[in-house]
Amino acid sequence: MLSRTADNLYWLARYMERADFLARAIQASRRLAALPKAYGGDETEWESVLLSSGAALAFESSGRPVNEANVVEFLTFAPENPGSIRNCLEHARSNARAVRTALTIEMWESINDAYLEMRALESRDGVPCAEELARFLEVIKLTSLTYDGGAYRTMLRNDAYWFSRVGLFIERADNTARLLDVKYHVLLPQKEVVGGSLDYFQWSAILRAVSAHTAYHWVYRTSMKPWLVADLLILRPEMPRSLISCYESIVRNLDDLARAHGRQGAAQRHARGVYGKLEKLTMESVFQGGLHEFVQSFIAENNRLGALISEQYLF
Amino acid sequence: MDSRLTQFDELAGADGRIRAPYRKLSRWLAETPPELLASRREQAELLFRRIGITFAVYGAQEATERLIPFDILPRILARSEWTTLEKGLIQRVAALNAFLADIYGAGEILKAGVVPADLVYRNPAYCPEMAGRRVPYDIFVHIAGVDIVRTDDQGFFVLEDNARTPSGVSYMLENREVMMRLFPELFALHRVAPIENYPDELLATLRSVAPPSVNSDPTIVLMTPGQYNSAFYEHSFLADKLGVELVEGRDLFVRDDVVYMRTTEGPRRVDVIYRRIDDDFLDPLCFRPDSALGVAGLMGAYHAGNVTLANAVGAGAADDKAMYTYMPDIIKFYLGEAPLLQNVPTFRCREDEALAYVLDHLEELVVKEVNGSGGYGMLVGPHASKAQIEEFRAKLKAHPQNFIAQPTLALSTCPIALASGVAPRHVDLRPFVLQGANGARVVPGGLTRVAMTEKSLVVNSSQGGGTKDTWVIDDAWVDEEAMGQA
Repeated sequence: MLSRTADNLYWLARYMERADFLARAIQASRRLAALPKAYGGDETEWESVLLSSGAALAFESSGRPVNEANVVEFLTFAPENPGSIRNCLEHARSNARAVRTALTIEMWESINDAYLEMRALESRDGVPCAEELARFLEVIKLTSLTYDGGAYRTMLRNDAYWFSRVGLFIERADNTARLLDVKYHVLLPQKEVVGGSLDYFQWSAILRAVSAHTAYHWVYRTSMKPWLVADLLILRPEMPRSLISCYESIVRNLDDLARAHGRQGAAQRHARGVYGKLEKLTMESVFQGGLHEFVQSFIAENNRLGALISEQYLF
Repeated sequence: MDSRLTQFDELAGADGRIRAPYRKLSRWLAETPPELLASRREQAELLFRRIGITFAVYGAQEATERLIPFDILPRILARSEWTTLEKGLIQRVAALNAFLADIYGAGEILKAGVVPADLVYRNPAYCPEMAGRRVPYDIFVHIAGVDIVRTDDQGFFVLEDNARTPSGVSYMLENREVMMRLFPELFALHRVAPIENYPDELLATLRSVAPPSVNSDPTIVLMTPGQYNSAFYEHSFLADKLGVELVEGRDLFVRDDVVYMRTTEGPRRVDVIYRRIDDDFLDPLCFRPDSALGVAGLMGAYHAGNVTLANAVGAGAADDKAMYTYMPDIIKFYLGEAPLLQNVPTFRCREDEALAYVLDHLEELVVKEVNGSGGYGMLVGPHASKAQIEEFRAKLKAHPQNFIAQPTLALSTCPIALASGVAPRHVDLRPFVLQGANGARVVPGGLTRVAMTEKSLVVNSSQGGGTKDTWVIDDAWVDEEAMGQA
């Protein structure tokens, strides 16, 4: 396939995944910020959302005070925030338009529908009200479901599919890692307090942001413990947003690609290396070495994979 | 009375009796409540917007992606009418190809004095780089869009030949798909000749003209200027239906006079390029050095015979509006046949006598720039203001050779469904003619363009024109129906 097409598909998948993550993160934070201060409800929650979405610097330069309305608007609709949901959607559609022939009609329609909805919302005067905002976030989540489902159900299993999948899982791993990095201080083991904790609602917000709130209970069948939250998001293969699960998928899709092209390359070797390290890892060693340090080095390794894929496939 | 002056409606006919091809539609319209038509119109709009069939309008800032208005009533031609038209179209494209091979070769027609040599060689669309060059199978125009109008029950006129990169075929195909979703009952009532095989015919045409040196499966690509081009939707649509890569200039490169595309598996050789990009932008080494859309060295590969471009470089020398006036002579010269399709009578303003007449009758005439397209740079005398007419008078006097003029034809009308009911509007027709090494092909029908505004004669989509589905139905059915009526 054309290298440019592969590049577009890869980024298209990343933008769609990022938009979905942002929508979930905003919803989870609104829930947390609405709690009384004693339960962790605090304006500082909005700082951490800005950090985990990588928009903190851009927000700071806008000069606006950090509060719910400003941050939510900035992350959702602001054209000046390169990583806002609206810009993700705009980039996704532009990429999709450029590679229409590589998408199935179901995938195109799901992106285009969401885009038209966004344009309709934007063409009206004034700031969208809370209800409209909530609806829009739901639309984004649904769009990523229909898009993803459309890809899974209708795409030919060829390089177009594999490049999309690789993009999706690299982005997802990045999002999970950033979320962990921003919240690592509440996930450390010494924070355990028998009979509940001030941080309880923080942990639950983390799980909600990656739609793992229910999954936690099914996996551990115990009350919430911070190191188990970290374990779920890093090492549990059955959790679709865990780092290890993302890398299992990345390795598989890169291998399919290599088989079709008859050539293993640096990208495949690097991905297998990261996956192998995750497989051998224990939570004890993560906490010994420092959760923050671990996550930082993971984010760097994940970025390195993105660069190797570009090199190898001539993007 | 001159039939050109009376309004001819394709449904109502000249005498107000419903014409045979429209009988069933007319009866269906009479029985169908207006609310149903209104709801189908809404559905159609929704379908088009969802599929994303949009086009970009140059100069329009807000609506950079706009829908072409679509009318839900079909335009209907009887098989017998179509057969005449089809023969005439194939004849015309054969003549265009013979003419191009000649003017880039021996120049017999110029030596014979049938067409003035200066008109050919000084034409901006004449490409000196192609002089003395041959193209595979001597085919320059592989895909032609010939604009057809009618003014009465009898014949068809050719309004314009498009031999460069004619667009609109995606609308022809999508209009049919949408119509089949909206009106299954009408398709059951009529037997409409299918057009869905167009992409297959196009692919067969492109394969047939691959360089003769390619012995295995030729690799075909569709080359687009990119997603900001007004016809980008069509480019991606066609590439998808053809099952070929949609490439931009930056996806291609030339090494040792061979064209390759950059793929995830490394360079892959390209044999045929269906290019939807103008000559000027093809190769910055040969044409516009500022073109970022083209491929450096492409013309070298083309001249080496390692890649076929469709349509060929320089094909525009045949579809110029000044050359149009010579088409009847060109057909006779190469084919020894009388033209089956008539030209609209045309004044060549480069000739003094004609110019004098045109200047005296600007209020009645349509004046067109020889190299203009898409309805830009055109004067419609009867609808123009005094100031516009004077502006054109000055332009004509300054550069008469740049203009032709035609009488304002009473273009036929077809019914369209408006919010306020059914009303007639002017239409034209663009059938698409394919010419390969193994013969010519035309799918039955074409793109009918409609002037959506009352009395307007301008059907171009860039000027707010719309489209409708075009049906060719069997006469046997028309006759049966007529007998049933009697």
